[in-house]
Amino acid sequence: MHNQDQALIFEISKPGRVGYSLPEMDVPTVELEQLLPEGYIREEAPELPEVFELDIMRHYTALSNRNHGIDSGFYPLGSCTMKYNPKINENVARFAGFAHIHPLQDESSVQGALELMYDLQEHLIEITGMDQVTLQSAAGAHGEWTGLMMIRAYHEANGDTNRTKVIVPDSAHGTNPASATVAGFETITVKSNEHGLVDLEDLRRVVGEDTAALMLTNPNTLGLFEENILEMAEIVHSAGGKLYYDGANLNAVLSKARPGDMGFDVVHLNLHKTFTGPHGGGGPGSGPVGVKADLIPFLPKPLVTKRGEEFVLDYDRPQSIGRVKPYYGNFGINVRAYTYIRSMGPDGLKAVTEYAVLNANYMMRRLAPHFDLPFDRHCKHEFVLSGRRQKKLGVRTLDIAKRLLDFGYHPPTIYFPLNVEECIMIEPTETESKETLDGFIDKMIQIAREAEENPEIVQEAPHSTVVGRLDETLAARKPVLRYQKQ
Amino acid sequence: MKHRYLPMTEEDKKVMLETIGVNSVEELFSDIPESVRFQGEYNIKAAKPETALMKELMQMSEKNADLKKYTNFLGAGVYDHYQPIIVDHVISRSEFYTAYTPYQPEISQGELQAIFEFQTMICELTGMDVANASMYDGGTAIAEAAMLSAGHTRRKKVLVSSALHPETKEVVKTYAKGQYIEVIEVPHQNGVTDVEALKELMTDEIAAVIVQYPNFFGRIEPLKELEPIIHEKNALFVVSSNPLSLGALTPPGKFGADIVAGDAQPFGIPAGFGGPHCGYFTVTNKLLRKVPGRLIGQTVDEQGRRGFVLTLQAREQHIRRDKATSNICSNQALLALAAAVAMTALGKKGVNEMAVANIQKANYAKNLFKENGFTVAFDGASFNEFIVQLNKPIKQINQDLLKKGIIGGYDLGRDFPELENHMLIAVTELRTKKEIDTLVKELGDYHA
Ligand SMILES: Cc1ncc(COP(=O)(O)O)c(C=O)c1O
Repeated sequence: MHNQDQALIFEISKPGRVGYSLPEMDVPTVELEQLLPEGYIREEAPELPEVFELDIMRHYTALSNRNHGIDSGFYPLGSCTMKYNPKINENVARFAGFAHIHPLQDESSVQGALELMYDLQEHLIEITGMDQVTLQSAAGAHGEWTGLMMIRAYHEANGDTNRTKVIVPDSAHGTNPASATVAGFETITVKSNEHGLVDLEDLRRVVGEDTAALMLTNPNTLGLFEENILEMAEIVHSAGGKLYYDGANLNAVLSKARPGDMGFDVVHLNLHKTFTGPHGGGGPGSGPVGVKADLIPFLPKPLVTKRGEEFVLDYDRPQSIGRVKPYYGNFGINVRAYTYIRSMGPDGLKAVTEYAVLNANYMMRRLAPHFDLPFDRHCKHEFVLSGRRQKKLGVRTLDIAKRLLDFGYHPPTIYFPLNVEECIMIEPTETESKETLDGFIDKMIQIAREAEENPEIVQEAPHSTVVGRLDETLAARKPVLRYQKQ
Repeated sequence: MKHRYLPMTEEDKKVMLETIGVNSVEELFSDIPESVRFQGEYNIKAAKPETALMKELMQMSEKNADLKKYTNFLGAGVYDHYQPIIVDHVISRSEFYTAYTPYQPEISQGELQAIFEFQTMICELTGMDVANASMYDGGTAIAEAAMLSAGHTRRKKVLVSSALHPETKEVVKTYAKGQYIEVIEVPHQNGVTDVEALKELMTDEIAAVIVQYPNFFGRIEPLKELEPIIHEKNALFVVSSNPLSLGALTPPGKFGADIVAGDAQPFGIPAGFGGPHCGYFTVTNKLLRKVPGRLIGQTVDEQGRRGFVLTLQAREQHIRRDKATSNICSNQALLALAAAVAMTALGKKGVNEMAVANIQKANYAKNLFKENGFTVAFDGASFNEFIVQLNKPIKQINQDLLKKGIIGGYDLGRDFPELENHMLIAVTELRTKKEIDTLVKELGDYHA
C-alpha cells in the first residue's frame, strides 16, 4: 500500500474521452422527440466520468492495492469464516451456461441450472439433517427473515395467532432481532450464564404461550457449543414454539452434529461463509433455508423439484409464504458453493471442521496467557478473548485491532458479541497453515507486551496504512455521501 | 486427509494437540452430547479432482441455452446488455472479491472509495440526493421502500401500480405481510398506471405509491401527473426504475420522487439465472436517516487526508438490533463495484448513447411488427420493451423459437390472465437489424 491521496474517478475525468465500445446503430433512427412525450427526454446529462480504458484499469488497480482480501493475508474475522475462496469456483461460475442464462427462459432450456440447484438442495438437506431446502434467500439475514416468516405462517395455519415473540440470546448477532422485527415479531432476550451458554432457568422464564421461536447459533457466537441443546429444544417445543438455527457457524460442526438432529425446525446457512462464496467486499451472499417436514408447505415459491427425469420449478404451493426474492436466489453464489462441496466430498468436509476447530483451540491456548480468556473450555471454530487487562493499561481492543494492521493482518471481529467486555473474536478457519497462525500469535503477544511497555505505539496505530484513523464522528455529523463537482 | 485447501501436516497436528493438551482432535468435540453426535460421514457425492470436476460442471452448464449462443429477446426485468470487458477484470481482482465488509477502513479504502463513487453515479442517474451501498436486488429494494414509507408516515397501506414487475409485487406482498401492511393494486389503463383510478384510491391512509419507470410493459409512466396526486395526501412517491433508461429519460428525482430504487443489473452484470444482481436505493435528504443498509461517507484522518468510512451506522442491525431500519447485513457489494465500473466505462456520453440505442432499436422492431400486420398491445412511448399479440400460447412459441436459436420474449399470460398469448419483447442495443428482422419473420406464422 502506498501513501498518497487517491483521486476520485470524477477528478480524472476529461471531456472528449470514452471508455466504451457500443454495438453499431444499424437500424434507421427517429428523432427522440417523436418517440418520447414532452418533458420526459433527459435535459441535463448525468455527471458520470469521461475516462478511457487504461485510466479505468489503473484507477481500480490502485483502489485494489488499497484493499485487504483473504488473498492478501490472514483474515481471522470472527463469525465471518474468512476461509480461502477456491479459484475453480470462479471459473465454474463464469461458464456461459451458468453466467449468461436468463431466469425466465423456458424450463427446458435451463435443465443444467435446475439440476445444479436441485443437487445442491439435496446436499444441503444431508448436511443439515433437514427435510427440504430453498435457495431463494440472498444472504444470512434474508434467510433469517424467510425462516421466521415460515414459522409465522405455520403458527397461523394452526390458528395459533398469539405467538408474537421471538427469543434470542444476549450473544446473538444483530440480524437475529432485526429479522424478527421485519417478520412482525417482538424480540425477547435470554441471558447467558457464566459459562457463556444460554441460561436454562432464564429460558424457562421467558418461554410461554406467546413464543413463536427461539433463534440460536450453535456453536454460539462465543464459539461455544450449547451442550444443553436437546433440553432447550424440549423447553421450546413443549411450549409450542419452534427452534431456529442461525447457520453462520456451521463450519464448526460439519459431520459432527447436524441442526436437524439437534432439534432445530428451521435453519439458514451462509454459503458465503462455510461454503466459500467469496464475500465480495460486503456481498453477495446466499442464505438457503432448510426446514423440517411440517414447515415444507410454507417454503417460498417456486421450489426446484424433480418430475421423472425433468427438473422443474414448482409454483403450485398454496400455503407458501410467497416470494422472498425475484427469481431463484443468488444463483452465482450457489454455483460456487456447489463446486466447493463437490471439491471436498464427505471426508473433505469432515476434515474442514476438524482443522477449523483444531486451529481455533491452538490459537486460544497460545494466546490465553497474554489476554483474558472469559470462557476457559474447548472452543469450536472460533473463540473470544477479552481486552480487559489491556484496557486497564489504557489500550483498548480497538487499539489492538489497529496495531494488527501494521503487521499486515486483518484484525479479528471486535466488540461483538456484546456480552463480553472489550471483546476480541478470533476465527482462524481451516485453510490457514500453522506458520500463519504462529506468525499472528507472535504479533498478538508482541502487542500485549507493547501495551505494558510502550502503550503509545498501540494507541496511535496504525502507522503504516494509506490513511490513519478516520474521523467517524465528522462523517456522521456532516454526511458527505457523494462527490460534488466543485 | 490431503487436500489442496487444507495445509496441516501430521507433524503440525501433533504439535498443536500437544499445545492444547489433548490427545486427539476428537476430544475437542467432547462437549457435543453423544445423543446429537453425527456418526460417520455425510452421504453425499465423493470429492472430485479439479480437472474432472471442471469437465462435469462444464457439461452441466452446456445443457443450458445461454445468451452468448442464442439470440435473446427476453427482458422482463433482466436484460442482455453490452458488458464492458474490463468489468470482469476489475471484479476478478481478489483484493476486492475476497474481502469482507469494510469494517476496518484503513485497509479497505479501495472498496470504500469504489462504493462512494457508485453512490455518486447512482445519485447522478436518478436525480436523487442520497444512494446507499446496495441492496440484494430490485425487488427487495422496493419492498424496503414500502416498509420505510409505512414507518415514516405511520400508515399501513401501500398502493402499487399493476404495471410494477410481478415478481417485485410478490416480494412486496411477502414483506408487507410481515409488517401488517396492506398492499392495494392500482389498475393500469392501456399499459400505464390509471391516473383516475389512482385519484380514487388515494386517501390519508396511504403510506406510499409505487410505480415503475419504464414500467413492466416497457411504457413510460406519467410521473409528472402522478406526483401531485400522491403528495397531496402526504404519501411517499416511490419509483422503481431501470437506471440505464435514465441515461435518456428525465430522472424520477426531477419529478419529485421521494424514493427511487431498482436494480443496476443493466450495468455490466450478467443475467446469471437471476442473481446475484445489484439492488440500489436512493432517497431525498429528508429521508436520509431512514435508509436501509450501508452508507459510505467521506471524512479525513488525523493528518487531514481524505478517506472513506461506513457511516450513520446507528441505523443498522449491528448497533440498533430490533430497532434497526432494516435487517440487511451482507449486501451485493461486488455487483455494485461491477455496476460502478460499467457506469464509469460508459460515462456521461455512453450512458446516453446506450439508452437511446435501446429506444431506437426497440422502436424499429415494434414498427416492423406493425408493418407486418401484428397487433401491438398498449402501444405508446416506451423504452426497450413492447407487447405483441400472437395466436398461440407463448410457451409453445418459445419452444419453437429455441429450436431456431432464439430465446423469445416473456409470456405475459403467466401474470395477467387477460394477456394470454401476449409476448413482452425486449430489444436492447445488442440486437442487430438482422436479428430483429429474423424474429419478425419467424413469428410470421403466429399472427394474431
Ligand atoms: C452469527 C451471524 N448471524 C447472521 C449473520 C448475517 O448474515 P448476512 O451478513 O449474510 O446477512 C452473520 C454475519 O454477519 C453472523 O455472523
